[in-house]
Amino acid sequence: MTNSWTDIKNADVVLIMGGNAAEAHPCGFKWVTEAKHHNKARLIVVDPRFTRSASVSDFYCPIRAGTDTAYLLGVINYLLTNDKIHREYVANYTDVSLIVKEGFSFDEQEGVFSGFNANNRSYNRDTWDYEIGPDGFVVRDTTLQHPRSVYQLLKKHASRYTPEMVERICGSPKEKFLKVCEMISSTANGEKSMTIMYALGWTQHSYGSQTIRTAGMLQLLLGNIGVPGGGVNALRGHSNVQGLTDIGLLSQSTPGYLGQPRESEPTFAAHMANRNFRPLMQNSISFWQNYKKFYVSLLKSMYGTNATAENDFGYEWLPKLDKVYDTLQMFELVYQGQIKGFVCQGFNPLLSVPNKAKLIEGLSKLKFLVSIDPLETDTVKFWQNHGEANPVDPSKIQTEVFMLPATCFAEDEGSFTNSSRTINWRWKAAEGPGESRNDISIVAELFLRIRDLYQKEGGKAPDPIMKVDWSYKDPKLPTADELMREINGKALVDIPDPADATKTLYKAGQQIASFAQLRDDGSTSSACWIYTGAYTERGNMTARRDNSDPSGKYVYGNWGFAWPANRRIVYNRASADPSGKAWSERKSYITWNGKAWGGADVPDYPPPLAPERNAGPFIMNAEGVARFFARKMMNEGPFPEHYEPFESPVANVLHPKMSTNPAARVFKADGAAFGTSKDFPYVATTYRLTEHFHWWTKTSKLNAITQPEFFVEISPELAKEKNITNGQWVRVSSNRGSAKGKVVISKRISSLMIDGKKVHHVGMPIHYGFIGETKKAVGVNSLTPFVGDANTNTPEYKAFLVNIEPLSGPVTS
Amino acid sequence: MSQLQPAFGLSKRSATTAALPAAKPAVQVAKLIDVSKCIGCKACQVACMEWNDLRQDIEENVGVYENPHDLSPNAWTLMRFTEWENPERGQLEWLIRKDGCMHCQDPGCLKACPAPGAIVQYSNGIVDFISANCIGCGYCVKGCPFNSPRISTADNKAYKCTLCSDRVAVGQGPACAKACPTKAITFGTKDDMKKLAAERVEDLKERGYSKAGLYDPPGVQGTHVMYVLHHLDKPALYAGLAENPRISPLVEVWKGAGKYAGLALLGITAAFGVVHHLLAGANRVTEEDEENAEKLRGGGA
Repeated sequence: MTNSWTDIKNADVVLIMGGNAAEAHPCGFKWVTEAKHHNKARLIVVDPRFTRSASVSDFYCPIRAGTDTAYLLGVINYLLTNDKIHREYVANYTDVSLIVKEGFSFDEQEGVFSGFNANNRSYNRDTWDYEIGPDGFVVRDTTLQHPRSVYQLLKKHASRYTPEMVERICGSPKEKFLKVCEMISSTANGEKSMTIMYALGWTQHSYGSQTIRTAGMLQLLLGNIGVPGGGVNALRGHSNVQGLTDIGLLSQSTPGYLGQPRESEPTFAAHMANRNFRPLMQNSISFWQNYKKFYVSLLKSMYGTNATAENDFGYEWLPKLDKVYDTLQMFELVYQGQIKGFVCQGFNPLLSVPNKAKLIEGLSKLKFLVSIDPLETDTVKFWQNHGEANPVDPSKIQTEVFMLPATCFAEDEGSFTNSSRTINWRWKAAEGPGESRNDISIVAELFLRIRDLYQKEGGKAPDPIMKVDWSYKDPKLPTADELMREINGKALVDIPDPADATKTLYKAGQQIASFAQLRDDGSTSSACWIYTGAYTERGNMTARRDNSDPSGKYVYGNWGFAWPANRRIVYNRASADPSGKAWSERKSYITWNGKAWGGADVPDYPPPLAPERNAGPFIMNAEGVARFFARKMMNEGPFPEHYEPFESPVANVLHPKMSTNPAARVFKADGAAFGTSKDFPYVATTYRLTEHFHWWTKTSKLNAITQPEFFVEISPELAKEKNITNGQWVRVSSNRGSAKGKVVISKRISSLMIDGKKVHHVGMPIHYGFIGETKKAVGVNSLTPFVGDANTNTPEYKAFLVNIEPLSGPVTS
Repeated sequence: MSQLQPAFGLSKRSATTAALPAAKPAVQVAKLIDVSKCIGCKACQVACMEWNDLRQDIEENVGVYENPHDLSPNAWTLMRFTEWENPERGQLEWLIRKDGCMHCQDPGCLKACPAPGAIVQYSNGIVDFISANCIGCGYCVKGCPFNSPRISTADNKAYKCTLCSDRVAVGQGPACAKACPTKAITFGTKDDMKKLAAERVEDLKERGYSKAGLYDPPGVQGTHVMYVLHHLDKPALYAGLAENPRISPLVEVWKGAGKYAGLALLGITAAFGVVHHLLAGANRVTEEDEENAEKLRGGGA
C-alpha cells in the first residue's frame, strides 16, 4: 500500500477493482465502512461479479475479466479529454513536461512499441527513454506542447480508449462507465481524494503489472498519490506476505528490494555499474544513490567479519541468476525432471500453481519432496489416490515425501508485516502440538547439518554456506528477537557523528535508528534496510501498541513500525502544493512551516529542504517526479496497452495481429495447451470466498460448515442456454483439465456484450482440494493456464477459457 | 445448554402466575444489525458456534450461499442472501440479513410456552430459553412470529439465540457483535442503538434509499434485535422478514380465555405429578443417559 488501512477512512471515493476487499479482506474492509459512515465516502466496485464488496457499494459496474487496463485507460482518456485532472499537481509532480527521445513510437496497427523484433518476440528498448540535454539533464517543455512531451504522447496513446471502445472491449455499458468516470473525477481537485484497493484480480494476468501501473497513472492525474485517503493500495493476501516480499523471498530481489545479482554482474563493481542513479533533473535527490550503503550493510549482515572491503564484502558468494526462478520457471524445471528435490515451506503448490496435471507429472519425477508446514497439505499427498479429486496411481510414483511439522502463527513469536507496511510484533499464545517445531528452528538445523557436511566432506561451492555469519546465542534456535535486531542492523565499529566529529553517533554494537545512517564502508550491518528503525536502542518498535491518533487523521504512528522510517503514507510531500501549503484544509497532511516539513506523519522528504529547492516529491525516482512514461522499466512498453488474456473469447479489437502481451514468457508445451473459444467459449475466473483462507481452512470444521463444497457460478442466461438447473452437477473443462461441481445460478455473474458478441462468465472459488473437512474436489488449478505476467510471472488465474456441461444425476446427491 | 443467568432480574417467566421476585429496573438492551454495513462474511455465525460450542454437520452445497441451509439447534444465527433488482436504482442488490431470534418485547414464544420457567425475559429485555425447564413441546415455535426456535431431536429441547445472556451478564456484548469486522452488528442500550440507527438511516437516505428505516416492529412491542434496512417499506425482500409480526391469535386465545382452563388442567396434572412422584419416586438420569444425549447432540440434530 502507498497508504495504510486506517487511512482509507480519509477517502471520499473508494474504488475497488481487481479485488474484493469485503470478501477477501473483511477485517481491513472495516475502514471502507468507516469512510462511508463518517466521511460520506462513495464506494465504486468494478468487477465481473457482483461481489460481497459490491453488495455494500454505491455503484457497481460490470467488466469482462481481464480487461481492466483498457477500462482504466478509458478513465484516463476521459479525464484528459474533459480536462478533469489536478493540473498543478500533474504539471509539478509528474513527468508530463519531459521530452522523450526521438525514435520512440507506438504502432497502433501492430500493437507494439518501437524496437520490436517480431521474429523472436523481443524488444530493443533503446528508444524508451528521455531526451537528455547538453547539461546532462532531461529536456523539458513546461508548456506541454512539444509533440514528444510525455503529456502529448500519453494523450495520444490514451485517445483510442473512448467510452465506446471501453464498451466494445470490456462489455461495460457506456452509461455505467461514464458514471464511474464522473464519480472518480470528483476527486481531481485537492479537496477530495480517492483510494484504489486492488489485489490478485489485477496481478494474476499476463499483463498485471501494467494494469496496476495504469491505476497509478490514474491517481497521478487526479493528484491522489501522497495524500490522505488516496493512493494505490495492494491488499496483500496473507497476514505476512508483505513481509515475505520485503525480506527477499521474491525471485529477483534480495531483502529490501535490492537487486539479486545476475550472471552478467560477476563483480560488485559490475552490479553497481548497472545501477546508475544519477539525478535526471537538476534538483532531484534520487535517493537510490544510497543503494551501495544498503547493499554493503546487507552483505555485512550475511557474512559478518568474513565480508571485507578487499573481497567486495562477499558479493561473489551470492548466487548469480542466469534467469529468474519464479514459481512457473521452477515447476517447468520440475516438470522437465531437472530438479531432484523440492522443499515447500508454507506452500501448497499442488493446488496453488496452475495446471495441476503438469504438477502431478513433475512432482512424480522428484527424488524427494519436503514439506515444512503446520498442516498436512494436498501437496504431500499428491501421490495418493483420492478418486476423481486426485486420480493418480501411487504404484507409479516413487517420490519420497518428508513432512516436517511446523508450529502455526500463534505458537511462536515473531512479526507480521501487513499491507500497510506496518510490522506488528506478535507473541506466542500456545505451545505447538506434538513434534511440531517453529520454522526458524527447522531451517536453522537444516543449515547447520548442511554446513557440517561441507566441513566434513567438502563439496561444490562451499563458501556461500561456510562464510555465513551464524553468531546466534543458540545456533540451533535463533530467536525472533535476535533476528529482528539483525534485520534492523547495528554499528560494527564506533561511528562518529557526521555533524560533529568529536562526538560518537553510535558505539560499536548499538542498534541503528535510521537507514540514512547506514554506510558503504562495512562499518554498519542491516539485513533489510527498509526495516531499519524497527528495533533500535529504544527497543522493539514493532511491539508498540499505542493506538492514539494525535493528528485526528487516522495516523497511528506509535502502533508497530511502518517501513520506511515509520512513514504511514509514502510520497507524502505531494500532499502539499509546490510552495509547501496544503492543497486544502481537509487534506492537510505534511506542510512546510518556514523551517521544516512536518505534520501528521514522517515527511517523505528531507525535513529541512525548502520548497524553493524544488527537488520533487518522488525522491526515489532519478527524475524527482512520478512517471507516466516508464522508460525501460517495464518489459512490454513504457505505456500500458490493452492486451487480451492468452485465452480470450475475442481477438484484440485494437490490434488483432498482436492480441496478447508480446513480452510474456510462454514455455513451449504450455503454448500448445492454450484453448480457443471454439471449444471453450466461456470466460472463467477464480477467486476467494470470505468463509475460507486459501487452502488452509478447509481443514477446519467451522469454516467447512459455512462453505462446505466447491461450486461453479454462472448467470441465469448461461444456465438457460445450457439447460442447467440450480444445484445441479456440472463439469467445467479447459484445454488442460476439468473440474466437477454443483452449480450456483446467480444474477451476480455477468453475461456481457463484447464487440457484438455475447460472452458469459464462469466463476469458481479456489479453496477446495482433497485433504480436509470440506467435500473433496479436484481444484480449479486443473483448469488454469501456465502463463504469467511479463514482468513478475504471476500466473494468469483470473481470465481463461472453459466450457461447461450439465452432468446427469440428481440435483443434489 | 442454555442456562438461567441469575445476574439479571426477571420481568417475565413462562407459565408462571405467581408474582416474580421484584427486580431492579434494568436498562433495556438491544443488538442493532445494520444490513447496509453487512458484508455477509459469516464471522457472526462462526463466533456464535464457537462461543456456544455448537457444531452443525457439514452439509453440501445446494446452489446457495446459506450454509448451514437453515437455523437449527446447532446454528442459532444464519446469514440469508437475497438477490433483488431494484427498479428505482436500476441496479442489482444483494441483500444479506443475519437471521436469528429477535428478542421481542412481547415474546410469543414465552406466551405460548406451557413449561414453567422454560422461557424467561430478563428485565433488560433479553428472552432466554432455560433448557433445564424445557419440555420440548414445540409451542414456542408456533408462538414465534419470526420462526426462530428449533427443537433438537437429540435432547428434545428448544434452542435459539440467547443474545449471549451469559456474556452480557458479565458486561460483554454478544459474540457475534464482537466478531463483526464492519460494525454491522453493535450492542448497547436500546436508546443508544436507536440513536445510532437514526444516524445510519440518515446516511442511507442521503445515498438515495428514501425508504430506509429502523425495523423495531410495534406488533410485538418492539424487539431487542433491530435492523437498519435500506427498504423498511419492503422487509419481506430480506429473505422473508415479517412485514408486521404479531403473536399468533391462537397463542393469544391460549393465554386469554384458555388460560384459566389450562391452568386448571395444569393443576390437575401437577397434582397427578405429585402423586406419581410420591408413589414412583423421581426420574433418575444415569451418567450413561447424559453421555448418550451429548453424543447425539454432538452428532447433530
